[in-house]
Amino acid sequence: MDQSKIRNFCIVAHIDHGKSTLADRIIESTGLLTSREMQEQVLDNMDLERERGITIKAQAVRTIYKAKDGEEYVFNLIDTPGHVDFNYEVSRSLAACDGAILVVDAAQGIEAQTLANVYLALDHDLDVFPVINKIDLPSAEPQRVIDEIEDVIGIEAQDAPLISAKNGIGIDEVLEAIVHKIPAPKGDPNAPLKALIFDSLYDSYRGVIVFCRIMEGTVRRGTKIRMMATGAVEDVVEVGYFGPGQMIPCEELSAGMVGYITASIKNLGETAVGDTVTEEERPCAEALPGYKKVQSMVYCGMYPADGAKYPDLRDALEKLKLNDASLNYEPETSVALGFGFRCGFLGLLHLEIIQERLEREYNLDLVTTAPGVVYHVYCTNGETMSLTNPSNLPDPTMIDYMEEPIVNAEIMVTKDFVGSIMELCQERRGKYVSMEYIEAGRALLKYELPLNEIIYDFFDALKSRSRGYASFDYELKGYERSSLVKLDILINHEEVDALSFIVHADSAYERGRRMCERLKEEIPRHLFEIPIQAAVGGKIIARETVKAMRKDVLAKCYGGDITRKKKLLEKQKEGKKRMRQIGNVEIPQAAFMSVLKLDEDK
Amino acid sequence: MIAVKNDQEKNKSIELYFHIPFCVRKCLYCDFLSFGDGRFRQDYLKALAQETEMHAEECREMTVSSVFFGGGTPSILEPAELEPVFGALRRSYRLAEDCEITVECNPGTVTKEKLDFYRKMGVNRLSIGLQSARDEELRRIGRIHTRRQFLETWEAAAAAGFTNCNLDIMSALPGQSMEDYRETLDFLVSLDPAPKHVSAYSLILEEGTPLEKMVREGTLTLPGEDADRAMYEETGKALRNMGLERYEVSNYAVPGYECRHNLGYWTGVPYLGLGLGASSYFGGCRYKHTDKMEAYLADPAGTRLEEQILSEADRMSERMILGLRLIRGICAEDFAEEFGRTLKEAYGEIIERHTREGLLTTEKDENGRSFLRFTEKGLDLENYVLSDFV
Repeated sequence: MDQSKIRNFCIVAHIDHGKSTLADRIIESTGLLTSREMQEQVLDNMDLERERGITIKAQAVRTIYKAKDGEEYVFNLIDTPGHVDFNYEVSRSLAACDGAILVVDAAQGIEAQTLANVYLALDHDLDVFPVINKIDLPSAEPQRVIDEIEDVIGIEAQDAPLISAKNGIGIDEVLEAIVHKIPAPKGDPNAPLKALIFDSLYDSYRGVIVFCRIMEGTVRRGTKIRMMATGAVEDVVEVGYFGPGQMIPCEELSAGMVGYITASIKNLGETAVGDTVTEEERPCAEALPGYKKVQSMVYCGMYPADGAKYPDLRDALEKLKLNDASLNYEPETSVALGFGFRCGFLGLLHLEIIQERLEREYNLDLVTTAPGVVYHVYCTNGETMSLTNPSNLPDPTMIDYMEEPIVNAEIMVTKDFVGSIMELCQERRGKYVSMEYIEAGRALLKYELPLNEIIYDFFDALKSRSRGYASFDYELKGYERSSLVKLDILINHEEVDALSFIVHADSAYERGRRMCERLKEEIPRHLFEIPIQAAVGGKIIARETVKAMRKDVLAKCYGGDITRKKKLLEKQKEGKKRMRQIGNVEIPQAAFMSVLKLDEDK
Repeated sequence: MIAVKNDQEKNKSIELYFHIPFCVRKCLYCDFLSFGDGRFRQDYLKALAQETEMHAEECREMTVSSVFFGGGTPSILEPAELEPVFGALRRSYRLAEDCEITVECNPGTVTKEKLDFYRKMGVNRLSIGLQSARDEELRRIGRIHTRRQFLETWEAAAAAGFTNCNLDIMSALPGQSMEDYRETLDFLVSLDPAPKHVSAYSLILEEGTPLEKMVREGTLTLPGEDADRAMYEETGKALRNMGLERYEVSNYAVPGYECRHNLGYWTGVPYLGLGLGASSYFGGCRYKHTDKMEAYLADPAGTRLEEQILSEADRMSERMILGLRLIRGICAEDFAEEFGRTLKEAYGEIIERHTREGLLTTEKDENGRSFLRFTEKGLDLENYVLSDFV
């Protein structure tokens, strides 16, 4: 394979600026795929992604482009996740590329993720060229956006292709620009093997399929490979590249190429994203830079609704982990919920996606506890601990002080909403850092915000207070000392461990009160009265009462329609099954989740 | 057609239910199958008479112990419309000598002519809808009549010779206070002749009814659960003072005047439901007619569909769910004889748990037979207990 005819690139954009649509057009125009085969968005393989309109997993596709110079070029388009939760995965995908197309919406211009992604791409030494999308919108202002790109990002944009990916305008220009503006890969095919893992996929027949970019050397069937970080050693069974929608085996992958390797690897843990693949016999001198053991930012407990499904949940998590190195889990036990797992995620979106996949793809009925962040607890005896489960917090008398994670947040917003967004940040204990006007109408706000204030619903609040105009990005800054307490919920005088969470002392009362109100709605009446209390350090700070049930009768059972009566009773019985027994109180599973939505109906 | 024929059911009793799905207009709380316009009325009655004839063969060796014309508002029909149905019934079925024949009536639709016709056809029981004695409440729930009109109907029924009349009342109506409800109870006490049977329900909002929508949207407010139960307790007291005993969750009667048709449902007597949407229990199977009018008219007997063939376990579960509707409860000895195992063997844990909660109790009658039944508190929480038996 002639390296000079290969182009490895990705597309970066703010959400909804048209990344996936442009990818579809590129694949279509390069002809390896007939229109009939075109799914709506070829790169987004999972149903879930299509519904949410975002790309979760990095994937790659190889197509052939016959350029105007008469030569055929191999395009390896590597798709990257668009959400801040997946920053590390994005960075590994970028590292597999030599250049990037920056898609900017001709009406909206630069947004927070545009900046975050483009800086990430520049950090990886990628050659970035911009395209202006959606130029056929009535509100499109391509020249303004071009100037904005040059002013704010500082890359050449005057000759940026003006396109409409949706309507197929300007695609040829993009294809030519890929050939001319993205550099061909380098690397010696005869050097010791050095390949970057940017994704992996578990297949029940072939085991783990490793997606990689070959930086140096060559890999083929039979090569004994070693994963440098995890130490796993395997014989390669197959190598190949990514045809649209399928994998196509080939003889060998050499420096500059993007493709896959299978090697009967059964454990996804052995193929960490960012790890370097080399030859066992002839290893490269050093691994590629940038490998990080992924750190979870958000934790929650996940329990099977039906306790007997615990092994199923364990198997499902294991399988998801195969495809998702950033998912962490370890077994835990809750008095209220039985056996389950404490799971770590990159962020709340990641959590929701995993939860949905478990429910949809693995048919599991789950109960999840309120998500929390990792706190550092400094004990009076000099010990420190990383707290992921609020139930494990030591007695307050044993705690010297606690620290919570703080993020550097960047919010881009139109001028009119600056006031209300600043207010929101204040409410969430934000520390103002700076504000700069990017151009006449828009400002970039910088705040330091506690992570636990933004994992619930910050993004939604941001959207609603800016009528959808604000965009948001953040990265972990570090840990800071904070006045934190554990809020406990007692139902019928029994503490329910699965409902405890850590909260800033100043918001404890408000949160406790709302929790009690919400639980009162969720817990059905019993034969006796049920007090619901919120407590901090054993002191009750809020209380509600579920009154005793007095009536549970059916209307007329008329004309002998017994079947209808039986159906109603069956439904009621089903409802009982989905309850969790705490002491002598039955709590519906929805109650555990309802606390996640405390802010929705404020 | 019902294919299953069970030898045991020969010479046994059967009940017949006729569904008349027509009303002057629908009440706001009603989710029964009924239409507020008279479309299809002629065709429907023709089809109903036809269907009655068609099922005669399978009931040839059975004795009809009770007949019930329900609706809808059967009393909306003119004698000439109903005649063919009675004709088919009389001609093709063997009616027990003491067969109970009930027609449901709504005030405002009943005339002397109709009452005389019922008598002539052998109808010996009327069920009359009062619901409330306060005109304001009647209007609010969309009834078509006033207290005055009820009284006229009640007195006309007595004058026509009916001595066994039920009346329906409802409590916990929108905006109703305890004082308001007492007016209805006082009205019952003042009636002459006094009712022999009362069906008393506390209003239940059915999904999809206009009343449910009004409550959901806040146009109307219902009394709270405590008020609801207080009213229902008042009902029991008032009726007891009038000599009516509670014999079923919602039914009260002077001893000897219990509704035989109704008792049949709870004790497993087979019944044939005729007409649109009607349910049947026959040959160990539950059936239900289509509720699509056109389909019914096209093939009156053929649209009866099998819902469930009852297994031994189903019958046992039904025996519990239905039998506990009766205040006297379920006879332990009868249960053991029918199913070859004791109540304790079948449902020991459930019975024990609800007994501990004070919702069920087991007591012996004067003949030393033991009965499992609801306590007073248990009657209010019927579903909570019954759902464990399905």
